[in-house]
Amino acid sequence: MACIQARGLRKAYKTTTALDGVDLTVEEGRIVGLIGPNGAGKSTALQAILGLTEYQGDLKVLGLDPWAARDELMREVSFIADVAVLPRWMRVWQAVDYVAGVHPRFDRAKAEGFLAKTSIQRTSRVRDLSKGMIVQLHLALVMAIDARLLVLDEPTLGLDLLYRKAFYDSLLNDYFDGSRTILITTHQVEEVQHILTDVVFLNRGRVVLDTSMEAFEERYLELMAAPEHLATARTFRPIHERQLFGRSLLIYDGADRDRLATMGEVRTPSLADIFVAVIGGVQ
Amino acid sequence: MTAPADTPAALPWQRVFYWSVRRELWENRAVLLAPAAIAAIGFVGFLISAFGLPNALRAVEASGKRSALLLGPHSFVALAVLATGLLVGMFYAAGALQSERRDRSLLFWKSMPVSDRMTVLSKAAVPILVIPLATLAITIGTQALMLVWSTLAAAFNGISPLVVWRHVSLATMWVVLPYGLLVNVLWMAPVWSWLLLVSAWARRMPILWAVAPFAAPAIIEGIAFRTAHVAQFVGERVLGGYAMAFSVGGKAEEAIHSPSQLDPIHVLSEPGLWLGLAFAAAFLAAAIWLRRRREPS
Repeated sequence: MACIQARGLRKAYKTTTALDGVDLTVEEGRIVGLIGPNGAGKSTALQAILGLTEYQGDLKVLGLDPWAARDELMREVSFIADVAVLPRWMRVWQAVDYVAGVHPRFDRAKAEGFLAKTSIQRTSRVRDLSKGMIVQLHLALVMAIDARLLVLDEPTLGLDLLYRKAFYDSLLNDYFDGSRTILITTHQVEEVQHILTDVVFLNRGRVVLDTSMEAFEERYLELMAAPEHLATARTFRPIHERQLFGRSLLIYDGADRDRLATMGEVRTPSLADIFVAVIGGVQ
Repeated sequence: MTAPADTPAALPWQRVFYWSVRRELWENRAVLLAPAAIAAIGFVGFLISAFGLPNALRAVEASGKRSALLLGPHSFVALAVLATGLLVGMFYAAGALQSERRDRSLLFWKSMPVSDRMTVLSKAAVPILVIPLATLAITIGTQALMLVWSTLAAAFNGISPLVVWRHVSLATMWVVLPYGLLVNVLWMAPVWSWLLLVSAWARRMPILWAVAPFAAPAIIEGIAFRTAHVAQFVGERVLGGYAMAFSVGGKAEEAIHSPSQLDPIHVLSEPGLWLGLAFAAAFLAAAIWLRRRREPS
């Protein structure tokens, strides 16, 4: 059974169509990046997956219909939205007590252990913590839940580089065990690229790319063309071309690496490069 | 580790309910602290009054009449604590489902395996169960302390405790008070549920939205027809619970001297009570429906 299975997922608001027929299958044990420009429908997709919004089409998460069974689903799905959702009046010990009180798969000792590694005081209120510490607290709570799916919606928004790096490090070292599934949306594409197993590009409510990272790396190539070979290089149908330091950078989808190597330097492009090539810059 | 195929069992609903109510009290400490503070203030006043108590007692004893000298302050404390509970309950209920959307914590609460029904009902339990029980405990505790204090003050001045106790029929009050609270809770159930419903719906200023549908017709009626049926209806629903509980022979003016005067059959045969409960159920169902669909504002 796939962890997430969506067929023809649609969601229209009064004036806009947020999701326009999304088909998506996420297998268990994957770390999937859901990437797209602002307004592409990422948040709506996550809300549908988490049972926070109604939708049309077929959607099953861990075999359940999220809209009909949100509370049941939340026994096995954890969720971190952006940094501002922990109640600001709450004290750290209250947050731990509360989750321990209502969540059947929460391991209090684990959460206390994660918190002990931070400088967060048990008696502090959330409103008195820094942004970075709030995310640490939320992550400590979530990592202590034995969930099968973790959904992260811009989890590191507004954090400095050190906190962002620490966030993904602890996620991989202390949480991900190969059987859990993680779904991430973020604008900081470079930071998640190395931890993803799969990537899905969403644009205007549609899936425009859905691939594993292995296939991604085999499929896309970037050529820094030598000036004398540029005209030839262009005939190989690059999907995107840009200028950098007076040289032309061409991106190819499914081209022959050895053939390209005769025309300049070839490397694997970053996710961000492909994002721009596929989505096509500011619209 | 292989993940289990079926979803893990839910926790017992009593436990989830307990922690849901507990978290409400963490966030809204005033619902307990305000009645307690009022009781404390009343008690301080009583401490001061006790300086004149022995002389006043002797005067009453000499006259041989029944007097509200001692029972009066006890009743006054009860009234002040209950009224405070009512007031904080209203502010609580009007904000309960709105503030979680305003501060976006809704997304945190919804990431927990707690249903919308459980959430709404646990919030409804605060004014319907927690505040009445807490105000009852605070009232009885304060009255007991007051009785101890006046007994001591009398004893130090050579007056028998029996003289004090004859003037304070607390036993009656401690039977009558819980009964009145219960009747009032049932009578006011639609008020609390209405406030919760508006709280789930309004983007801002829920108190205003809760009052407006009644205030506007009341004003129009008052000016156009010089009558006050709407205002009277609201007033009876908000403040009429105790009057109904303590009415003797259909009249609310009589004072209750003994529990035998209470007339639960009369209360239960009041159609307005049952109609109110039906509305309360409908309002709560609508609040649950809205809570499920509302996104952070």
